[in-house]
Amino acid sequence: MPEQQRKQRSAPKERTTETEEELPARSERGEALKSELDDLLDEIDEVLEENAEDFVKSYVQKGGE
Amino acid sequence: MRQGAATRLTSVAIPKVCGIETEYGVALRGAEEQNPVLASSVLINGYVEHHKIGWDFDDESPGRDARGFAREGSQAPEIETHLVNTVLTNGARYYVDHAHPEYSTPECSNALDVVVADKAGERILARSMLAARRLLEPGQDIVVYKNNSDGKGNSYGTHENYLVDRAVPFTNLVKYLLPWFVTRQVFTGAGKVGSETGSAVIDYQLSQRADFFEEEVGLETTLKRPIVNTRDEPHADPQLYRRLHVIVGDANLCEVATFLKVGTTAVLLAMVEDEFLDKDWSLLAPVPAIRTVSHDPTLRATIELADGSTATALELQWEFFRLARKYAEDRGLENCGGDDIGGRVLDRWEETLSALETDPATLDGQLDWVTKLQLLQAYIDLDGLVWDDPKLALLDLQYHDVRPDKSLYERLVRNGRVERLVDEAEVQRAMTEPPADTRAYFRGTCLARWPDSVVAANWDSLILDIGGDPLKRIPMMEPLKGTKAHVETLFDSVATPAELVEQLAS
Repeated sequence: MPEQQRKQRSAPKERTTETEEELPARSERGEALKSELDDLLDEIDEVLEENAEDFVKSYVQKGGE
Repeated sequence: MRQGAATRLTSVAIPKVCGIETEYGVALRGAEEQNPVLASSVLINGYVEHHKIGWDFDDESPGRDARGFAREGSQAPEIETHLVNTVLTNGARYYVDHAHPEYSTPECSNALDVVVADKAGERILARSMLAARRLLEPGQDIVVYKNNSDGKGNSYGTHENYLVDRAVPFTNLVKYLLPWFVTRQVFTGAGKVGSETGSAVIDYQLSQRADFFEEEVGLETTLKRPIVNTRDEPHADPQLYRRLHVIVGDANLCEVATFLKVGTTAVLLAMVEDEFLDKDWSLLAPVPAIRTVSHDPTLRATIELADGSTATALELQWEFFRLARKYAEDRGLENCGGDDIGGRVLDRWEETLSALETDPATLDGQLDWVTKLQLLQAYIDLDGLVWDDPKLALLDLQYHDVRPDKSLYERLVRNGRVERLVDEAEVQRAMTEPPADTRAYFRGTCLARWPDSVVAANWDSLILDIGGDPLKRIPMMEPLKGTKAHVETLFDSVATPAELVEQLAS
């Protein structure tokens, strides 16, 4: 499943080999996008709840409609 | 007469007055034990500064079934009469229901107004959290989530409501709504890590709700949930109207997703009312199908129709869409929010289906399941996480956190990664002002002008204290009466509720 997701996200209708060929010759734009994404994830990490496992475990709701 | 107008047939569809009611997840941080009913009450009480308007329960009948019988031998859904329950000056209802704070938007005439009203609800919940701090112990905080699943087998709903012609046999609605709800998940799904209730092990699925649906049609809402809910409480003239109560949808944060969810469903319902649908898309097994579609984010899974054919959800959506285009040309979209907004719904629907077909990732910022997936995938790619890492489950949850500073959705908005359809200024106004073109205008304006005189309110009535005995009940059985156009002059010409009642009587 993860393999399929990565394909879906990076380029349409590509095969695995095509993706692999692209990686070494990463364009400036590709670098900029990756850096932007890195920054976003850093920003998100700042506000993310601390202990993922405990937090997720502690979130329990009553069934509603 | 212009060519287009001359060739149009008359539509008999009822204007699709609509709204969304959302049960929010609620957690009391910094407390030993959870008491969600109390936390929800504190939230709502915190928000409402002046005295609350009591809800008038006299006309409620959640046990009545649209298929025309009174249920025997099963528990009627409970009405919680003692819990906090208030109506706001924007015409919304804000209350505690089944241990969740619930916010029902006022009645809206079109899908775009629903986007505004639904987003205003989120702002109200955010404001409530801040207000609740004053009422809590230091170190405690109430946190609210606009989602539908706690990842532990419990689900809470986001319900849509649509005004439908009572003359349409309910079986006609069921026939089309089953394949409709199963397939629209491709753009309504809010995304979910993992699966529930004994489903197969799944990394990620389209919908938060799919795993919780066990029946095709029924009255239940809290267990054995049916894809098509038969609750028959029109809150309007029961001779003319049905309120279709939809429980199968996801809580959406992306405005495009909300717009599409409501806008396309309104068009579908209008087509049913005008008997425009010329094919039977009945599925062989809708309950397994709703999971099949949800469990495949590659959108390639096929489902079986009763006639023996198979199709993907996307293929069926394209069929619905093409008919909707023809319908728009033939009858117009007057009753689906107007030709303007209706046209925008269709255009967006077409663009979305095309993108889902070729490159769903381009819908990042428009559909919640895609936006969330892109975020999760970034963590997987850049941090090397695997799907059962608790951090992904946390991201799934915190995406829906309603606190502006903690919400991952809002962080994406702030980073320019989300498409907004409405102005924030409009959303802010909708926290206190009702829509101008439904009976919510009458309700909200009475509340704003004379909060101490409105003793109780329901969707289809107000009870006023005009200073004598008895109290005056004003019926509001027509969802499209009591609009600004109807009553603005009236409101301008009276100073007191007594004068209002006098004018209405004459």
